[in-house]
Amino acid sequence: MERMAASSEIREKLRNKRRALQDTLVKNKNEDDIQALVPSARFNVDQQPTAMKEAEGSDEDPGETLRRTFRAQRQRRKKKLLEQSFVQECHDAEDAEEVPNARRHSANEGSADRADDSVVSTRPPTGSQRALSVRSEDSSSSQHLDTYVTRHLQEKLRAARSKGESLQQQEASEVSAEPVSRLQRLKNRDTVTRFDREAEPISAGRQDDPLALRSRVKFREAGRRVVKDLPTAEEAFNFFTFNYEPEPPSQQEGVSRKRQKRRERVKKDKGEDSQEEAEVEEDAEAEEDNQDQNEYQSEDAPLVRNEDDLFAIDHSPQDFVEMRKAEYVAYRKRVQRDRELLFTPSFRTVPTSVKLPENMKPRFLEDEGLYVGERPPVSLTNENILENRILKMAEGNKWFGDDGKVIALPDPIKESSTRPPLFHMEGDLDPALQTVYRKALKSKYANLYIAGAADPEGDYQLDVDVSGLIFSHHPLFSREHVLASRLAQLYDQHLSRQHNNLTGHLTDKLNGLRNALQNMMKIHGEQGSSEALRQRISEYSLEVRNTRQLRDTEQEKDRTLLRSVIKVWKEIKALREFQKFTNTPFKLYLRRENVDRASDERDYEGEILAEVLELEAESEGEYQKKLAEYKKQLEDWKLWRRKQKAKRKKKKKKKKGLAQEDTEEEDQDQDESESEGPFEEGPAKPQPPERPDVDSMEQWVREKASRIRRKPGEAILIPELSASGSITASELCPRAEIARREDVSRRSLFIKILYNDKEVSRTDSRSLSADFRVHFGQIFNLKIINCPHSINLQVFEEVGSSCSLLAQVFVPVPDPSVVTGSAPIEEFEFSSNQRVMFDHEGVGSDVPLSFESDGSNRLTLLTSGKLSCCVSWGIGEEGVPLAPPVSQQPGGTHSGRWHLDAVSYIGASGLYDMKKIGEWATQSRLDPNDPKNTSIMQLLKVASSGEVTAPDYFRLEHLQEEFNFVTDEELERSRRFRLLRLRNQEAPEFRNYKFVPLLEREVSDKVFQDYEKRLKDGEIIDTREHLDPHRALVAKYLQKIRESVINRFILAKHFYQLSDLVTEEEIPSIGILGINLFKLAESKRPLKPQRKERKKVTAQNLSDGDIKLLINVIRAHNIPIRKPLGNKPGQSSQSALQGSDWYLSQVQVRPFVEVSFQRTVLQTTTADGPNPSWNEELQLPFSAPNGDYSTSSLQSVKDEVFINIFDEVLYETGPGGKERGTSIHTQIEKHWLGSVKIPFSTVYSQSKIDGAFKVNTPAVLLGYSREHGGSSSVYDQWRSTHGGTFLRLFLTIEPQLVPGESVREKFDSQEDERLLQAAEKFEKEAAQGFPDRPCITTVTDLSGKTVFITRYVRPLNPPQEFLDAFPNNPQEATTLVARFVSLIPSLPDQVSFSGTCDLWSTCDQFLTLLAGDEEEHAVLLCNYFLFLGKRAWLVIGTAIPEGTTVYVLTHEQSGYFIWNPSSGQFYNKDDSFCPLQTVGCLVNADNVWYNVQENPSPLNTNFDITKSNMWKPFFSRSFSHPGLSSVQPEELVYRPIDRAAAAELQDRVEKILKEKIMEWRPRHPTRWNRYCNTTLKQFLPKLEQSRGQDVAEGHRLELQNLLGDYRIAGFPLHLPFSEIRPIIEAVHSTGVHNIHSANVEFALAVYVHPYPNNVLSVWVYLASLVRT
Amino acid sequence: MPNPSVFLLTVNGQIEGANFPDYDSLYCKYCYVYGHDWAPTTGLEEGITQITSKSTQSHRLIWNFPLEITFKSTNPSGWPQLVVSVYGPDVFGNDVVRGYGATHIPFTPGQHTRTIPMFVPEPTWRLQKFTGWLLGRRPEYTDPKVVAQGEGREVTRVRSQGFVTVSFHIMTKDMKKMGYDAGPSSPSAVQSEAQSYVK
Repeated sequence: MERMAASSEIREKLRNKRRALQDTLVKNKNEDDIQALVPSARFNVDQQPTAMKEAEGSDEDPGETLRRTFRAQRQRRKKKLLEQSFVQECHDAEDAEEVPNARRHSANEGSADRADDSVVSTRPPTGSQRALSVRSEDSSSSQHLDTYVTRHLQEKLRAARSKGESLQQQEASEVSAEPVSRLQRLKNRDTVTRFDREAEPISAGRQDDPLALRSRVKFREAGRRVVKDLPTAEEAFNFFTFNYEPEPPSQQEGVSRKRQKRRERVKKDKGEDSQEEAEVEEDAEAEEDNQDQNEYQSEDAPLVRNEDDLFAIDHSPQDFVEMRKAEYVAYRKRVQRDRELLFTPSFRTVPTSVKLPENMKPRFLEDEGLYVGERPPVSLTNENILENRILKMAEGNKWFGDDGKVIALPDPIKESSTRPPLFHMEGDLDPALQTVYRKALKSKYANLYIAGAADPEGDYQLDVDVSGLIFSHHPLFSREHVLASRLAQLYDQHLSRQHNNLTGHLTDKLNGLRNALQNMMKIHGEQGSSEALRQRISEYSLEVRNTRQLRDTEQEKDRTLLRSVIKVWKEIKALREFQKFTNTPFKLYLRRENVDRASDERDYEGEILAEVLELEAESEGEYQKKLAEYKKQLEDWKLWRRKQKAKRKKKKKKKKGLAQEDTEEEDQDQDESESEGPFEEGPAKPQPPERPDVDSMEQWVREKASRIRRKPGEAILIPELSASGSITASELCPRAEIARREDVSRRSLFIKILYNDKEVSRTDSRSLSADFRVHFGQIFNLKIINCPHSINLQVFEEVGSSCSLLAQVFVPVPDPSVVTGSAPIEEFEFSSNQRVMFDHEGVGSDVPLSFESDGSNRLTLLTSGKLSCCVSWGIGEEGVPLAPPVSQQPGGTHSGRWHLDAVSYIGASGLYDMKKIGEWATQSRLDPNDPKNTSIMQLLKVASSGEVTAPDYFRLEHLQEEFNFVTDEELERSRRFRLLRLRNQEAPEFRNYKFVPLLEREVSDKVFQDYEKRLKDGEIIDTREHLDPHRALVAKYLQKIRESVINRFILAKHFYQLSDLVTEEEIPSIGILGINLFKLAESKRPLKPQRKERKKVTAQNLSDGDIKLLINVIRAHNIPIRKPLGNKPGQSSQSALQGSDWYLSQVQVRPFVEVSFQRTVLQTTTADGPNPSWNEELQLPFSAPNGDYSTSSLQSVKDEVFINIFDEVLYETGPGGKERGTSIHTQIEKHWLGSVKIPFSTVYSQSKIDGAFKVNTPAVLLGYSREHGGSSSVYDQWRSTHGGTFLRLFLTIEPQLVPGESVREKFDSQEDERLLQAAEKFEKEAAQGFPDRPCITTVTDLSGKTVFITRYVRPLNPPQEFLDAFPNNPQEATTLVARFVSLIPSLPDQVSFSGTCDLWSTCDQFLTLLAGDEEEHAVLLCNYFLFLGKRAWLVIGTAIPEGTTVYVLTHEQSGYFIWNPSSGQFYNKDDSFCPLQTVGCLVNADNVWYNVQENPSPLNTNFDITKSNMWKPFFSRSFSHPGLSSVQPEELVYRPIDRAAAAELQDRVEKILKEKIMEWRPRHPTRWNRYCNTTLKQFLPKLEQSRGQDVAEGHRLELQNLLGDYRIAGFPLHLPFSEIRPIIEAVHSTGVHNIHSANVEFALAVYVHPYPNNVLSVWVYLASLVRT
Repeated sequence: MPNPSVFLLTVNGQIEGANFPDYDSLYCKYCYVYGHDWAPTTGLEEGITQITSKSTQSHRLIWNFPLEITFKSTNPSGWPQLVVSVYGPDVFGNDVVRGYGATHIPFTPGQHTRTIPMFVPEPTWRLQKFTGWLLGRRPEYTDPKVVAQGEGREVTRVRSQGFVTVSFHIMTKDMKKMGYDAGPSSPSAVQSEAQSYVK
């Protein structure tokens, strides 16, 4: 179904057709004048006189017309898809028929010219044709029959051939109806029946509804016509791109109307016309229409389109849009309107009468006994609704059955499932049906690509030329074949020997040597032969001998070969005679070459003579040699004899000389001689060598010659094997042989070519010829991508449909130099050990076989043969060999081994095995000169020398190299790896580094800047940041400690406990269990809900904005109140005297609270009075540093919550003071009154803080007083003296975060194990008894060791200055000491050391660091107190806001006092405002007491530690104090006061603060009141002196005097000095700089008071002055 | 600096179902755990499935809950893991955990099915097991993500519960370009053409 024929194809067809047309044109002209008028093969034009025809005929070029027609067809084909799917469907069946039809036709119709033929045959059935066929069918069904045209028809048909469709028409007509079959009968009798069969049902179908169909067809055509004519590419483009509106409908209608009219006319006119003609005419109509439209369109269409375009341009959207107001429709109206449109079916049952036709009674089929299925269950309401709805419709009644119910089929839902249940998805499924997922495997060839194979140039080609194969044995060999093949082999051997002619060569050589020898003898024989000459002669003779021997063996071989050839041939002959048929064409001729007998004999004799002579000479020489040897030996022997004799004589003489010697000696001597005799017998008398027997020698030579050589005079036999013999025809053979031959003919062979174990192609299957040769002669070009490893040719034998593998031939991969053309065809032998036996003449394979009659001399033959083939690299177009470059393909197989297979080849364990390594090395052909291999070669050398069988070292990491993906240097150098490593080491800069770049170059150098700076900073101390060099050193030291501690914690963090991972309910006691059980029955929503513990959120899954800090500001007490402005001195005192009246009339204070945290500032509303109540909740967002919400990160958040209390002051300022009454400007100022600072870490670790905080108020608040004139109760009195402003707050974090677990790390310790265990037990018991009371017995010191707490307590000397200051007043000294301690800045451990771990430093460390936690302060203070002779303890408890903390308890005459070491404040035990909330335990140098009293608050605690029912001691009688020595130093050494440094610091701080204030006021000028500055500066030392207490009212008065006209607001701030930053923060938080009134002036004074050991007290006096 | 080069990993798939022989009406939560160098670009990082019940015939829980997420990364270290945890009501109707499990997202492009064995932490002792059963407070991991890591797991004891089957369709982009070869290689080991003709 090619509806979108390729344009070229169409064009070609067009051309063909035009040619055909022209042919027909000529013919038509000749034939018929009328037709000549209408050249375009309009054979029906004359029969249809329409106006169109004339127009067409007169001015249309026939070719043009045709082209259009085809274009139209093409369009129609395209269009068909869109419009005619239904047509397609109904004609699909016909499709199949059409093409064969066409072919048959063209074949049958010889008259049709050839061009047409080709057109027709190539033409696929198209939609248009089908459409035509429909039309023809319908016209045929309209029963226009005529028969007279048969003559005409042929001619017309011939003309019609010029167009494809005319043919199609005919086919269609054939398909359609009976008349067609009749027509068929006329032309093509063969096919009639078939067409009938096909056609009848169709025609029957058509006749059912001819009318409907026709109209449909027409409509379709009309529709088709609309778009079919798009002659140019542009239009075609338009067709596809435009939203193609139909051509003006008038045309369409016109066309269809025209068609209709015409059709009618045709019917009328041509009523008698043949059916064929009708069809043809239909077609013509179509074409005319096309033409018509072509004309029409070619003139009009572009115009119209242009118009469209113009239209589109002219009318912009605005032209169509009308702006109107939104229309409002009244509700009632709308309802009414809706009612017209909408219909709501009622629920009520419809009476049956309505549903049935009038006057019908409902009829119940079921009652009549007919089967009515069960209706599907529908609820009555729905049924009613449906019925009502249906009735509303036009033909509603037809939906109802006779029984007045909606017609329904029986309920289709079956009660039981008809589908087999799907059981277990995995197990029970039929294994055959289960899908098995196979992992995507990486091809093992993937990395074996030849480099460069990817690019198109780099394709390599292997040419495998399989020329053929010859069997040297095949199971189907007959005996004769066996012999014949043997004969052939022998003959081949003979030929090759003949060709090589070794015998001849050797004979020549021998002769040459003999001549040379003779010459030499002749020339030099007479003269005294020199040594060298003799040497040469002997060499020559040796050579002659060797050559002769060689020649003899060769001659012997020749002779035997010839003999066996003849023997086999004889056997063949015998066999042929015996079996009476010939199977092989072999014939052996023995050509006899007669020789001259005389000369031959002479030669022969000469040869023998020469040989004999030589042999004689040789044997003579040998004899001489032996003789010489013999003589020598004889000589030796004789010598020995003589010696022996002489000896004996000597002995005899001796004997004679020694007369006195007895026979004994004689005997001895004789013994000696006897013993000597056989001993010295050694060289026996040598036998003289035999003389060589010359006669026997000659005889031997002759025998040999007769054996190996042709007899003299015997003709030379030259065998010639020819295949010229005839093979006995099969008919003449016995049955068994015939069976064999048949079997042979059944066999065929083919060869599979396997490349790298994959079949890449195979040869054609060739039958086995009778001579067991197969010729393939095929060349396979393999385009290869990966390295060739093996080329394997598999020989397959096919018998019938089964095939079996006979043998495999492995062909070596050729060298790159071997290219096609130059490579010779090689023969590869193959064999197979298959056992095959036959019951016919075939000898089989692997079956013993004997040619002897007695069955002896059996031999077993295996299938074998030779495959001749040739593998070479192909040659490209330019003669370039398509072989991979040599370097990459050195033998293919071996190149990869070193890299890939070293381990896999011998296995990892084999690496120890020298032998295996050696084996591997030889196999993989290691290049010994490759420096890469030196080590292994060395190893092998050692191994092969046999000295070392096993290495004396253990190669542990012999595979390490394989796994190193870069070298160490590279790893070191790479920035990316460095980054990754640092992150892995959790270096602080990179701990949470995200997205380490993927590429080296994307890692910027900046990344490491911070890190490197930090590393560098280790040495350099930046004094600029720290105002004090000493502090800088300390900071450095602290930093180092911090780092080491952090590292320890990072390690410790990776130890987990079960509770870290698994949340589990606490082990419930039975009681709790009972309660819980009871809870099960509890009501779900109790009336008085209890506060539930909030769910704790682990920090991992948090992000910015998730955490909020909630601060509930409840109320404040005792806020300083404003003082009336006094212009005159003493007014304030007056006002104080004015009493309650004044207070009532005056606004005392309007305080509000401002909370700032992490740059977010929120404030409460303004309240009234000194004891305001806000009760407001403020929410401050919290964001963790770097978005890291891990516990450790949260713990190290240094941010503090600043809670400031301000007074809102309203001033009325007139505009320039002119018209006071008319307009009043109100100016709001806020005056700082005090602040509370709460570190976030405290909130985090305690999760909520609730309590009254003492507000840190300045000692002096200018313009405010703390005295309350109102009530003067005792309580107030006390409080005023106590002087505190309190703020009640509730702080928490939402959601509640899991506070950092304290590290349960077991630090190593120098304490006694027993003590540690006891401490653990003590703490455990304490925790069980009173979980809310802290108990600490062991602490961690700075070096990370566990130390028992009592070791920290020891009397230590305070600076001598303090002792000297008040020699008489120990109380003063006490407060001074406390103040000194409080001036040491405090820094929570949690901040300095991330992770909740208290590190306790000793006092000297503390004083060196000048920073510490509460416990350091407390220890120091306690030690000082002890030194001062007080009874002092450390109190471990909880306080606000610190949480678990350490205070100091002293006992004096007046009672117990609790000291807050960080602030230097002390509280009476009964003070309800004491920040200490619970008392956990007391510690002194001797013992630890745990508070077991009921109420832990200090108010209710009895501090008498001797009472064991209240205080549980750690060391008791059972476990006495082991005498723990203190960790504290003996004595503290203080550095003296450095006043100069303090003064310098003072100046610097002042300067910095002034700059900062100006910086904070960027839009306003900042004026400094110098006078006030100096005045304030004078006050500050006084304040220091009085330690902020008891501020003289005087100085304010003084100030007031001095600055009479100013409204002044100011206060001194006091801070211990650590760094400049906290000072700046503190100044900033007071908000003094926020006063924006134009005439404001500022005053700032700084005073730094030095204490020993560089402890500094900083005072900052800030004031704002507004001129009134 | 130009955009840092990344490679992408797209995971499509579904939590197909589970095989918990003893439990019914379970639902499943999933999330991904991945390293520092990974970030999801599109898709849902966490999800929770519907509650599904077993059919009378099959004893499998079917969720067929789609997963769809794309990660970008600069480093295959910290390859994403899918962590699933299954919850369902116990005898008393308390919602308790029925299993935790994790699997690495396959790194070979293509289709994969993973059957994840599920387990729950064991109570520390018998009584706790009983009370946990009674009160519907079974031990749970503080964070389901701990099952995707090895650290600290040595302190836990778990009991196996069942299996969850997840199918993945993995696509990667630029992996090979960046030098990480995880996938099956490009097609066709041998492309050979055989032209034959008779000599």
